[in-house]
Amino acid sequence: MLIIVLRRLLQAVMVLLFVALISFLIFRYVGNPVESLLGQEATVAQRAALEEALGLKDPIYEQYANFVLRALQFDFGNSYRGALPVAELIALRLPATLELAMTSAIFAVIFGVITGIYTAINRGGFIANLILSTSLVGVSLPTFLIGVLLIWVFSVELNWLPSFGRGEVVELGWWTTGFLTASGVKSLILPSITLGLYQMTLIMRLTRAEMLEVLRQDYIRLAVALGQSKRQVYFFHALPNILIPVITITGLQLGSVIAFAIITETVFQWPGVGLLFINAVYFVDIPVMSAYLLLVGFAFVVINLVVDLLYLLIDPRLRDGQLKRGAD
Amino acid sequence: MHRFLQSDFFYSFRNAPVAVASFFVFAVIILAAVFANFIAPNNPFDPASLNLMNGFTPPLQSNEFTGDVFLLGADDQGRDLFSTILYGLRISLFVGIMAVMLAMVMGVVLGLIAGYLGGWLDTFIMRFADIQMTFPSILVAMLIYGVAKGVLPPDLRYEMSIAVLIISIGLSEWVPFARTVRGSTLVEKEKEYITAAKMIGLRKSQIMSRHILPNVLGPVLVIATITFALAIIAEATLSFLGVGVPTTKPSLGTLIRIGQDFLFSGEWWILLFPALTLLALALSINLFGDWLRDTLNPKLK
Repeated sequence: MLIIVLRRLLQAVMVLLFVALISFLIFRYVGNPVESLLGQEATVAQRAALEEALGLKDPIYEQYANFVLRALQFDFGNSYRGALPVAELIALRLPATLELAMTSAIFAVIFGVITGIYTAINRGGFIANLILSTSLVGVSLPTFLIGVLLIWVFSVELNWLPSFGRGEVVELGWWTTGFLTASGVKSLILPSITLGLYQMTLIMRLTRAEMLEVLRQDYIRLAVALGQSKRQVYFFHALPNILIPVITITGLQLGSVIAFAIITETVFQWPGVGLLFINAVYFVDIPVMSAYLLLVGFAFVVINLVVDLLYLLIDPRLRDGQLKRGAD
Repeated sequence: MHRFLQSDFFYSFRNAPVAVASFFVFAVIILAAVFANFIAPNNPFDPASLNLMNGFTPPLQSNEFTGDVFLLGADDQGRDLFSTILYGLRISLFVGIMAVMLAMVMGVVLGLIAGYLGGWLDTFIMRFADIQMTFPSILVAMLIYGVAKGVLPPDLRYEMSIAVLIISIGLSEWVPFARTVRGSTLVEKEKEYITAAKMIGLRKSQIMSRHILPNVLGPVLVIATITFALAIIAEATLSFLGVGVPTTKPSLGTLIRIGQDFLFSGEWWILLFPALTLLALALSINLFGDWLRDTLNPKLK
């Protein structure tokens, strides 16, 4: 068990170092750190002095090591625009993105599992078919279009929900939350639906497929034969067995949620990290781009790691199988 | 042609209404884009044919100042929306096709090399693919786009933006091609005809390109169809976010971005028609791709 976990951890670190390498190459060679710090009017002597001070003349592996060490201390350099430290900019905007991603993931899981089970149990029913065919159109709709259409219906025509921003936020230390004010919660609704809809259809299809598979098994037939109620069969015998793939997909999708937040945040002018990133791409703000890549890379690797470890925890068969393989 | 009409492939196509319908929609869209300069009532990129007074004319209503009527209405600058959509389609389709070609060539070549030569090259290519796959392709495309913009000198950024866009999307979609081709190559290279080819002393490059390549291309076609839909959506998304094609050459995504600005003042048509076109395009390719996958997959027969 310990060997598997350690091996998995090592793998995660390797991937992170690789992502850091790409991030470093972008930072070092696409951007020009000297120009961004001194501006274009600096003299040659000033430039040379700064190059020395920044260690730009060191061997490349030393520079890379320094880059990683600084990144570990959340030092990503200064943004080209406004010259603020990138870490500060990200910290300021991280709560907005995390709240949005969490809300939409929870929305996706709850509604995805419920509709998935419903469409599996009532297979061929009218409402079930309606849900399935709507989801097909939903998958083909690009995320940004879903957002724009939601704004059209619920903000412009019905005027129920705000179309941009986070509403009023409450500060809790360095964290800002929109959960505690009415306008904050209202502002969260449309963006989280936009962001979560695709994940919801994925989870729904997966839940449905798994549920149909499980309901064919002998132990379900036995449970029915023993006279257990339908609810007991569905929720105590079938549901636990479909949870593993659902958890995996949900977990793995959490990374995409963070990435697709870029699109949702732009549509709704949500003041999160994604909006920061897209503006960085627009204005070629290299330090922000490189830091964002590191941040997202870190999130992805951690998520994959956690999902893998959860797998081991949930499924004893897997644990035993891997143990045997690890032993020989 | 006669052989094609008699084939199993065409028979199953005729008997799948969804496939026929989606192919028909797709064909109409392609033809409309190709012949845009004959179909479109006016050229939206020719400032001389525009009249600012025509701005915001609703669909099928005559403008109160000029009396002009537009099938789908006019946008903020008085451009006929129907013509703008046709020309926008051209750009969307062009970027989509070129990006898929790039992804396909890159993926097939790398997949062949990884599968046939094996060794450290195989490990390197596939590890790289694994890591790239953990990131959603749209994020990869944005990063490549940003880096390319940073590398290019400022005066070239604008002119090169379509090329940059094609490269960004192409490079973000090569992994599925490489994985599939590598998988089939591993199977093919153990077969006897490859041993025979080796025995008569053919070079590795010849074996790969003449003998293995034709036998691994089947699934590539299916992936290309699905990737085409993804590429078109990626292009629309990037252009919508303002990091795609320049606004002087609007694609469907750019048009939707412009349309969104006028939602609040009630000019819904500027948004709706480009959005419907994009949806029809993506949906028809997806449905056709699904059918193609099911038909060409021997396991399902």
